[in-house]
Amino acid sequence: MPQAESAIQPQDVSLQQIEEQLAALKSRIDVLDKKATEPKVATIVFSGDLDKVLAAFVIATGAVAMGMEAVMFFTFWGTPVLRDKKKSVGGKDTMGKMFGTMLPKGTSDVKLSKMNMGGMGTAMMRSLMKKKNVATLEQMLEMAEELEVKIFVCEMSMDLMGFKREEMIEYKDLTFCGVAKFLEEANNSRITLFI
Amino acid sequence: MSEEIKVEKVMDLKGLPCPMPVVKVSKGIKEIEIGQVIEAHSTDPGSLTDFPAWARTSGNEILKTEQDGKTIKFFIKRKA
Repeated sequence: MPQAESAIQPQDVSLQQIEEQLAALKSRIDVLDKKATEPKVATIVFSGDLDKVLAAFVIATGAVAMGMEAVMFFTFWGTPVLRDKKKSVGGKDTMGKMFGTMLPKGTSDVKLSKMNMGGMGTAMMRSLMKKKNVATLEQMLEMAEELEVKIFVCEMSMDLMGFKREEMIEYKDLTFCGVAKFLEEANNSRITLFI
Repeated sequence: MSEEIKVEKVMDLKGLPCPMPVVKVSKGIKEIEIGQVIEAHSTDPGSLTDFPAWARTSGNEILKTEQDGKTIKFFIKRKA
């Protein structure tokens, strides 16, 4: 039956075409999958100011509450915020000792970026925060740990300022890293911030 | 209340500013089953915008919002 034959042939061709197109689509989706971002917030905490670090923690903990993932990269002036006040390590060179003394040691030492007024402004802000029930940096750090916010610390800043790993805070998910780790995280994060 | 909402858990978030109401409710909702309802009380005026945004993003549903003086009451159904 010529009619049936002619009916089968174009169908076969189109089936093959469909399969080819499907394969092409699949490989395209694989490529797109690799490029797709995740509901994740990657924040660089460059600042070591009380107000800015607080903002970074508010965003990170808020993100987890929203069902997103949050990663924070502490670099440069942000690094000393993660030092542990109770820990002290020896064996530093002169510059390391100088930086160690001059830079804040942990969250309780950080100052406001504006209106510090020799520490008076920061003290006033802290008492105001307490009065208004705003979470302190210490509480935010604790909350972040509980919510499994990942913290990365820039190894280069640590080295530059002479900080040792042993003097940093105890935090469940804390990793020392370089720029490549940040870029890997940022590359698949929907939101990236520099604070 | 005209329609009955069976509340599984009540959370008192009064006096807590941003981001705590949303952070706490996101933790609290994990303690109830999917389909159950949490009643959250907040005094943070920002909650009026924040709770719906949180619910939309986290995939939960706000069944009802009531305002009682400074207290805002959210009835949130766990869906995710």
